[in-house]
Amino acid sequence: MLPTKNNINIWRVGFFLAYRQIKRANLWTTILIVAVMALTFLNLVVVNGVLVGLIQGSVEAHRDRGTGDIAITKLTQKTEIERTEDILNVLSGLSQVEHVATRYTGTGSINADYRKKLRQDQAPNRVGGTIAGIDAINEDKINGLSKYIVEGSYLQENDADGIILGATLLYKYTPVESAGFQTLKDVKIGDRLKITVGKNSKEVILRGVIKTKVDTNDFRIFMIESEAKKLIGKNNINADEIFVKLKPGSSLVDAAKVQQILFNNNFDEGAKIQTWLEAQPKFLSDLISTFALLGNLIGSIGIAVASITIFIVIFVNAITRKKFIGILKGIGIDSKSIEISYVLQSIFYALAGSIIGFVILYGFLVPFVDAHPINFPFSDGIIYAPLTGTFVRAIILMITTVIAGYIPARIIVKKNTLDSILGR
Amino acid sequence: MSNKIKKTSGDGAKESILIGDSWKKKITKKGDYIISTKSLKKTFLDGLKETTVLKGVDLNIKSGEFISIMGRSGAGKSTLLYQISLLDHPTSGEIVIDGLDAHNLSSEDRVKFRLHKLGYVFQDYALLPDLTAGENVAVPLIMQGYTKEEANKIAQENLAEVGLETKFNNLPSKLSGGEQQRVSIARAIAHSPTILFADEPTANLDNESSEMIMQIFKKLHKEGQTIVMVTHEEEYGQFTDRVIKMSDGMIV
Repeated sequence: MLPTKNNINIWRVGFFLAYRQIKRANLWTTILIVAVMALTFLNLVVVNGVLVGLIQGSVEAHRDRGTGDIAITKLTQKTEIERTEDILNVLSGLSQVEHVATRYTGTGSINADYRKKLRQDQAPNRVGGTIAGIDAINEDKINGLSKYIVEGSYLQENDADGIILGATLLYKYTPVESAGFQTLKDVKIGDRLKITVGKNSKEVILRGVIKTKVDTNDFRIFMIESEAKKLIGKNNINADEIFVKLKPGSSLVDAAKVQQILFNNNFDEGAKIQTWLEAQPKFLSDLISTFALLGNLIGSIGIAVASITIFIVIFVNAITRKKFIGILKGIGIDSKSIEISYVLQSIFYALAGSIIGFVILYGFLVPFVDAHPINFPFSDGIIYAPLTGTFVRAIILMITTVIAGYIPARIIVKKNTLDSILGR
Repeated sequence: MSNKIKKTSGDGAKESILIGDSWKKKITKKGDYIISTKSLKKTFLDGLKETTVLKGVDLNIKSGEFISIMGRSGAGKSTLLYQISLLDHPTSGEIVIDGLDAHNLSSEDRVKFRLHKLGYVFQDYALLPDLTAGENVAVPLIMQGYTKEEANKIAQENLAEVGLETKFNNLPSKLSGGEQQRVSIARAIAHSPTILFADEPTANLDNESSEMIMQIFKKLHKEGQTIVMVTHEEEYGQFTDRVIKMSDGMIV
């Protein structure tokens, strides 16, 4: 509608009627409708947010508890990260780098029954795994491993005999019986265990169990770097994994900049250099897309329910006021004003519902779930609800509601004026 | 009267002829015909059965006249009122109101015409329940382009005119039947309509309230207002200049 004098009057009367209808409507009816809209809004955002948040929680865990902002690993055809010392030197000169940690890894096994004499038909209480030699202090600065000790204590800096086991290696935490997947049974903190890597072996003491919900930690046997290097047979400084943590508040773009500096030094010829996003397992990004689709599907049902609700509310409202709509038309009120008044009422319900939904979401739900993540076996679920996406959903809800309010108003307003007045 | 109305089921496609503001002024001089109908017919279809309610009504009403249309129930008096007040479309015939051939008016024009030139008082008051007495009177004025303050001022004056100056903020549910009908009259006359139509305005009221309503009409008529009133109450015929009696869809 162009802003002609008549059109302005049409809008003024539309506002006038809508405002008074809302103002003088039954309070409880209004509260009920607004509550439905708020719940619909939450359904639209939270269901999607929880589904994506499940995986997002895993993605964030992978970064925070695993790789840090940049992960440097071995190339497939190489046995170690070449020029590790040069890489560490370059990284130490970059202002955006907060901490760097190196890991030395090797494949071996850990045995809990090595001091027992087993019968021939008895399987040893043994499990294969990756031994990771770490600088306990540096590692903790990168991924805060010490916070995820679920039993016992974290490694001390010079604890040559101590190890930490990833929870997945223990039956207590992963009660799975399978020929292809072994776990250690009946192992307690303080137990003596034997680690074997190739021909080398060492007796160690279990200091703690770690559960980070990140596979690169939870499947591993952690010990201090010097002892791990002896077991693996490593004589040089070249590491197997280097994790880099950038200064707080750094974004993916910052990570990419550091990555580029490493590329510029040709370190990528001897190592795989990835940002945290590139380093995350591919199934996570695939799952995010799938869960987002699922969330949108469920959200669409919510939108349909909200549309039908508003349609019914406006239709019932309009049909019970058919006579008054007829009178308004009879005394010369433009049909468009009446339609606008109903559309404005729909907008009010959707807006009020969305605002309440926003407050509940960002004032309570998101901070609460952030502080108390939903404990899923493979991740700590959060509500992933970025503001832009939430606004888009609020606008979708608004548009749908406007259409759902306009259609019944139009149906009733189109009826013959005299028939409406006379209630025919 | 130039054009004949044939089967006027819908006229939304017509272009507006009510352009500018000049048409809003009263064209007919006092004493000239302000409403003229010729061979006005209205037929209703009830299933396969056609019922003719108006059987060719010829009617002329002069500007400034106070007319009452009377007759038994089913005589067609209300149907006639709806046709000449542009609330309904006749099946055939001609209607000219204040110099305008109703046949030439589009749907939008009819709404505009009703807003600016006609006033309505219905049997059951027809007030909007969500609006106060003052707001009921003000709505059509706001539609006409008055500011809210202007509309409220005019509404207040017109409510005072019908003796309800203290009821501006009352919702219809807080008013008696007689008071509601007076609000309805205030709404109908607030924009100084060319013609005031009243359909059985006293039918739902007690004698005292009815008398009060008729006194208001009498006063308006004295001030020059053209009034067309449908009533079945013979005693109120005495208030009008002329009584038109209807029987079986014809003026008798």
